[in-house]
Amino acid sequence: MSSSGYRRSREGPVRHRTLWFWIFVGPFAAGLGLFTYVPLLWSLYLSFFDAHNTVSPTHFIGLGNYTSMLSDGAFTSSLWTFAVFSLFIVPATYVLSLALALMVNRLRFAQSFFRSVFFLPAACSYVVASMIWKLSIFNGVRFGLANTVLGWFGADQTAWLSTTHPPWYWLVIVTLRLWLQAGFYMVLFLAGLQRIAPQLYEAAAVDGARPGWQVFRHITFPQLRATSVAVVLLLVINAFQAFDEFYNLLSDSRGYPPYARPPLVYLYYTALGQGQNLGLGSAGAVILALIIAVVTIVQARWFGLGRTED
Amino acid sequence: MPRSTDMPRRASTPRRDDALVRAGRALRTVLLIALAALFLIPFYLLLRNGLSTEQDITSPAWTFFPAHLQWSNVRELFDDPAVPMARSLLNSALIAVATTLGTVLLASLAGYGLARIPYRHANKVFYAILGTLMVPAAVTFVPSFVLVSTLGWISTLRGLIIPTLFSAFACFIFRQYFLGFPQELEDAAKVDGLGYWRTYWRIVVPNSAPLFAAVGTIVFIGAWNAFLWPLVIGQDKNAWTVQVALSTFTTGQVVNIHELFIAAAVSIVPLLLVFLLLQRHIVAGVERSGIDD
Repeated sequence: MSSSGYRRSREGPVRHRTLWFWIFVGPFAAGLGLFTYVPLLWSLYLSFFDAHNTVSPTHFIGLGNYTSMLSDGAFTSSLWTFAVFSLFIVPATYVLSLALALMVNRLRFAQSFFRSVFFLPAACSYVVASMIWKLSIFNGVRFGLANTVLGWFGADQTAWLSTTHPPWYWLVIVTLRLWLQAGFYMVLFLAGLQRIAPQLYEAAAVDGARPGWQVFRHITFPQLRATSVAVVLLLVINAFQAFDEFYNLLSDSRGYPPYARPPLVYLYYTALGQGQNLGLGSAGAVILALIIAVVTIVQARWFGLGRTED
Repeated sequence: MPRSTDMPRRASTPRRDDALVRAGRALRTVLLIALAALFLIPFYLLLRNGLSTEQDITSPAWTFFPAHLQWSNVRELFDDPAVPMARSLLNSALIAVATTLGTVLLASLAGYGLARIPYRHANKVFYAILGTLMVPAAVTFVPSFVLVSTLGWISTLRGLIIPTLFSAFACFIFRQYFLGFPQELEDAAKVDGLGYWRTYWRIVVPNSAPLFAAVGTIVFIGAWNAFLWPLVIGQDKNAWTVQVALSTFTTGQVVNIHELFIAAAVSIVPLLLVFLLLQRHIVAGVERSGIDD
C-alpha cells in the first residue's frame, strides 16, 4: 500500500503534477477536513467547557465534563447496553450470514433468487423495519404476529418491548438487526467462497476428507479467515453506532425508557435534547470515539489484520 | 474461477451413500425455503397492513390475509394534510440524488489523483483520509451539528446534503480500483496528447462504468435510508426526509395505523426498484469493495 501511490514519472515537471494532484484531490480533502476534522477538534475544545445551549462557551471546566460523564450511571449503563447488544448480534449475524452463504453457494438452481431474497432487507431502512417489528410483529396485544402465533399454542400475550424481566425487548432488537444486515454479510462471504481455489477441495478429496463438516473445518473455514476478520470488525463497529432501531422501537411521545439505551441514543438526548448540554455531549463523543478506536485496534491486532497474506 | 476442474474431483470422490446425499440436499433446500419465507414475511406484513382497514389490522382475531384490500389508503395518505408525505418524499429524493452524484464525483476524482498522479506527499494525504474511517461518522454528529448550526444550515437542504458528500470509504474504493486500472489505456491517451483532466473524463470514466454504478447505488441506498443526520438537522417540518417523517409518526400518536404502514410501503418503493434493476451491480460493488483483501 505504501509505495503504490507512485508510478514511474513519465510526464511533466513536478510542479505541474502537484497542481493537478490538488485539483483532483483538493475539493474532497477540503470538504473532509471541514466536515470531519474541524468537528472533531471543535468537539475536543467544547468538551473542556461548560456549554449549555451555546457553541462559543466561556466557562472552562477542564476535565469536569469527562468526570461527570464517566460517573454518570446512565452513560456507563449505555456502554453496558452496547456490550450486551454486540454480544448477541455479532455472533448471531456471523453464524447466520455464513450459513446462508454456504447454503446459497452450493445451490445448482435458483441461486440468484435466494441471494436476492436474503439481500432484499438491505433495501429497508431501520425506521421502516422498526415500524414493522414494533407495530406488527412484536406489539404487545393479540393482533401482533408473535402473540397470535404464541396464542395458537395457548401462550399468554407478551408486551415484548416493555418486558424487562425476562428482557424480551432484546429479542425484538436483535431479530430486527439480524434480518436487516445478514444478507449484506452473506454477500461478503459469498465473495470469499468464490475465491477459494478448487484445487484445495480436490486435494482434500484425494486425501479422503469427507465432504461436509471435515472439508468445512479444514479447508473452507480457514480459507475464509480474511473475510471473517473483516466481517467481525464491521459488525462490531456497526453495533457501536446503533441508533436508528433503538430510537424508533423504544421512544414514544412520552419519552425514552431508561433501559436499552446505547451510547449514541444517550448522547443524542444529552446534547440535543432539552438543556442542549453540548459540552457534556462532546465529552461523551470523545470518550466513545476513543473506545471505538481502542476496540478496533485491539481487534485488528488480535485477529492479525494486515498479516493475512501468510 | 474456472469450473472445469470440478470433473476429476467428482470422479475421484469416494462413493457415498446416495440416499444420504439426497436426503441432505433435500433438507438443505427445505431449510432455505423456510428461511426465505421468514425473510419475506416482514415485507408481506408491510403491504398487508398498508392495504387493510384499521379494523383488519387491530382485530383481536388476527388473520394472515386481510378481509379485503383497501387501495384507497394510498390516496388517503397523500390527501392527509397532517402528513407531509409528498414533501418528505421530494426531500428524500433530492437529497439522495444530490448526495449520490456529489459523492461519486468528489470521491472518484480524489481516488484517481491519489492512485495515478505522482506527488511527494500523496501517501500522507491518503493516510489522513483513511484515518477518518476510524472515526465513525455517527460519533461526530454532536460537533457536526454545532458546525452546521454555526453556518446557519439547520433545516436546509444544504445542511442535509453538503456535510455528507465527503465519504472516505468511497474515496478508498475508487483509489483501490484505479490502482488496478490498465495503464496501457492511459498511456495511449498520453500519446494522443491528453492531460490528466481529459484522460480522466474521456478514458477512465467511460471504462469504469460498473464501479461508478456500484458505488452510486450503495451511496444512494445509504442516503435514502439515513436517519440520524436528517433527524438532527431537519428540525423544521419542511425539511423532513421520509425516514424522519415516518419516525415522527411512530413516536408521536397522530396517524392511523394503516396510513403509517402504507407510508412506509411507499417509502421503500424507490429502493426496491433500484435493487431489482441494479442488483448485479450492488452485489459486485459489495464484493469488490476490497474490505477483505
